Amino acid sequence: MTKTLFKRILVGFAFSPNLKANIFTSLRLANSLGADLFFVHVGKKTSVKEKTFEEILKDSPVRPKLTKVLWEEGNPIPTILMMCEKNKIDLLLLGAVQRENVLKFYMGSIARKITRRAPCSVLLLIKPSTEEIPSKHVVVNALNEPNTEKTIRAAFEFSFLMDIPNVTLVGEISQSKVNFTADDDEGLKKVTEIKEGIKNEEKNRYDEILLKIPDGLKENKKIQSQSIFGARGYSISHYARVVRADLLVLNSEMKRSSFISRIFPKDLEHILSELPTDILIIKN
Amino acid sequence: MMKDFIKEIPKNLFAGFVVSLVALPLGLGLAIASEAPPISGVIASIVGGTVVAILGGSQLTITGPGNGLVIVLLYAITSLGSGDLYQGYLYTLAAIIVSGVLMFLFGVFRLGALSEFFPSSALQGMLAAIGIGILSKQVHVMIGITSVSGKPLVVLAKIPESLKVLFSSSSMEIILPALLGLLSLLILVFYSKLRSPFFKLIPAPMWVVFLAIGLSYYYDLISSQEYPISSNLLISLPDNIWSDLPTPDFGIALTLPFLSTVFSITLISSIESLLSIKAVDKLDPQKRRSNVNKDLRALGVATALSGMVGGLNVVTVIARSSVNVNNGGTNRFANMSHSLMLLCFILLFQEQIQRIALPALAAILVYTGYKLAAPTNFLRILKIGKEQAAIFIVTLIITLTNDLITGIFLGIVTTFLIHVVLNKNLFLFTRNLFKPNVLMYLEEETGNYYVSVKNFSSFLNFFRLKSKLDEIPENEHAVLDFSLCSFVDHTVMEGLNEYRRGFARKGGAFEIIGLDAHTADTQHPFAIRKSLPTNDFFRINNNLTKRQLSLQKLSTIIGWGYRSEPTSDTKELERFDFFKAKIINYQFNEIVSEGGDFHLFDLSYSEGAFISKDDILSSFLLINLKFDIPIFILDRENLLGGINENTVYKDLDFPKYPDFSKRFFLGGKKASEIRNLFDSKLIFFFESHAYFRVESIGKSILIKGKSRLSSIQEIKLLLSFSTELMSIINNKYLDK
Repeated sequence: MTKTLFKRILVGFAFSPNLKANIFTSLRLANSLGADLFFVHVGKKTSVKEKTFEEILKDSPVRPKLTKVLWEEGNPIPTILMMCEKNKIDLLLLGAVQRENVLKFYMGSIARKITRRAPCSVLLLIKPSTEEIPSKHVVVNALNEPNTEKTIRAAFEFSFLMDIPNVTLVGEISQSKVNFTADDDEGLKKVTEIKEGIKNEEKNRYDEILLKIPDGLKENKKIQSQSIFGARGYSISHYARVVRADLLVLNSEMKRSSFISRIFPKDLEHILSELPTDILIIKN
Repeated sequence: MMKDFIKEIPKNLFAGFVVSLVALPLGLGLAIASEAPPISGVIASIVGGTVVAILGGSQLTITGPGNGLVIVLLYAITSLGSGDLYQGYLYTLAAIIVSGVLMFLFGVFRLGALSEFFPSSALQGMLAAIGIGILSKQVHVMIGITSVSGKPLVVLAKIPESLKVLFSSSSMEIILPALLGLLSLLILVFYSKLRSPFFKLIPAPMWVVFLAIGLSYYYDLISSQEYPISSNLLISLPDNIWSDLPTPDFGIALTLPFLSTVFSITLISSIESLLSIKAVDKLDPQKRRSNVNKDLRALGVATALSGMVGGLNVVTVIARSSVNVNNGGTNRFANMSHSLMLLCFILLFQEQIQRIALPALAAILVYTGYKLAAPTNFLRILKIGKEQAAIFIVTLIITLTNDLITGIFLGIVTTFLIHVVLNKNLFLFTRNLFKPNVLMYLEEETGNYYVSVKNFSSFLNFFRLKSKLDEIPENEHAVLDFSLCSFVDHTVMEGLNEYRRGFARKGGAFEIIGLDAHTADTQHPFAIRKSLPTNDFFRINNNLTKRQLSLQKLSTIIGWGYRSEPTSDTKELERFDFFKAKIINYQFNEIVSEGGDFHLFDLSYSEGAFISKDDILSSFLLINLKFDIPIFILDRENLLGGINENTVYKDLDFPKYPDFSKRFFLGGKKASEIRNLFDSKLIFFFESHAYFRVESIGKSILIKGKSRLSSIQEIKLLLSFSTELMSIINNKYLDK
């Protein structure tokens, strides 16, 4: 299997206490994926900063085939987005911060802004670390959407390259599809039947998608699927937390976030506001 | 379906008849307590029973005028007409019609979940306030004084004054009404203590009515004296019920007092109905689930119609419904028949009804009010937590000093503030309130329903959890995980306990996980531990009572294990017919044989609900068998040839053993197998021992003694009875 999932990775870095962990994690990832790695710092280039960075880089046990360090000045968000376009980046790495209080919530919102506007796939890391912690479980969305097939394939390639043993397909089904309420015994029976029917249909759809995944990617993997009736975006993120997944792989949003969806967060917004695990958003 | 319905008509006709015996005095009384014409309460029952039976979505509920509304209606009738009671009544009828329309709309827009938004302790506080409101006024009427009025607390404070009037007088005209009232109250209080089948044939409120009518006839026919109870203490009905219908007056329909009356009536009647419907579902032996939204629509239509012909609001009432269940009602026809019976009573016994003296009816209301406001209700809440008691008290006092709406509103605010203070965190609530917080899916590996709740779970968002839980068939296995949820309030814990019972009743399982971690977490608000019914509700009592010490001693002597602490593990007792229309609360004082085959324990369970609710403590012995025996029920036969419960089984008689057949009721699924089991040896055993109720469900046998806790002597008797019984049965089965 050739390493073709992502060829050019870009990671923005700041001189925060997390710097070493961020750099190490990026190096490991680029190495495993067999990709070129671009480091970007938005801010003044000083010799002190350069020295600190070089030293950390030297410490790392792994080294991808090509690493490049870029120093740029300007407004962070547009600059990073521009660098992605310019260098034909296909994966943007972001160190997000899981929310604990209002301040961090605000910092997280920068990552969310970038995510929404990024021209390429985005990987949000919630806990970068110096030491390697092997991932065990990838949860991938299996929404009934045109992009889904590619996303699932990417999830399998990623788990293959990163050697992650468990992959679970999660299909979120809108409650409105059931179109019936369990008011009394009759209603409950009907709801259960309808759900059963939808679930079987979904299961067939998952199986069809799985058939198209090359066997090589599926070898030695525990593959499961799970249908969930509930709010989109929300359910899969809650599920990922419940099963303690290490990575959640999602379609990027179909439409640009409208004004209304910003007031009433849904889909991706749900997940980005809570960040249950590392998240990989696949752009087509 | 239709065949079943026809087959069950006699049963429901009878149940409806018994209910009507309760509904008549309550209907008259509730109307009088609201200062409405007495007939208006009965009209609500007649219209309500008919309409809801046809349009409703529940099977066993009885509808009619409700207790909860007395205070609101009383205030409306006395204030809307600015002192003119009849005019106030006409305005109130208009408000009732509008509230019926609103309630119908509640049902259309599926607001049946409305009642979930009220914190349970605040609701209890409000009910207690309603109880005090009813009781405070009616205590005066019960001793024959009708002139007292004002806010509940003022009226309550005037009781000594009324008593002074009573004791300073020697006139029969003052003493007799008071005597009638007090005697009526005594009947009501001690009725549940009586276990005589003769008294139990007629419900307590009807005995009170008989007493009042009988007294009037005594003076009429036997005594030479004039009837000393004056006419203003007697019920008056319109001469012609059909032509004297009042016309509702919409004259002030757009004023603020009118609209606030409509709002209060609608809110209270919806809450009372919704709570009652849920409560009745728990009593249903056939375990059906009611469609609350359909019921709300039906109640709305019924209320509007009732208002048009001069009746009060129609709500679902728990006390009358539980009488219905206890008397074998099986479907909506019981509600219909109760209303038809009432119509007959009003048409046939108009003269007798007018002989009922108000003190007797007031006694019924005092008793009802007391049941709502009884100190035990408060103590029960205090046991759950001090903060719950605070919510209860705040709601109670504000409701009494202001009005219901302010009371319940401030009760909700208090609850929320207490939650914020306990968590020391307002963001937890504000940030997550509008987000979905429940994940539910059918685990494909295990086939279990898994439900995970995150952030917080309180009365504010319980409806989300409920709507998910309601979609799980109750015969399945559900696992509810709170490990991602940092706060669970009492309302939720109480609600979940209902689900646990519901699943147990229908043969499923409902497990709550992830709360143990909370107790260990010091940062966690203690309300969670407080609200777990099994952990804290029945605080372990270190000082064992004398009986417990003896039980402990007895268990050591016979080498069995003893556990005194109460648990809500009820060993799936719901499988036994005996508990079909009963609610199991908790068990305690358990002794278990070495192999775990014999369990002897005390059990708290409830019969009926609300004013006809009895909490009973009784000792039971459960035997688990290694083989299957026939399903049967064996109990002492009563005078009427049956047993004191509803059973689908017919009494099996043995021509060979006339003594046994006469003394015992024996019924079960397969007659031939039972006859085979009950050979001369076993029959001689039962004939020669004390009476115990024995029920077999195949793999388990349940033996029950008296309807109270057994003494140590009786427990020894029960033990020897069961071991001997088992040795006979074992011999028989091992021979095979």
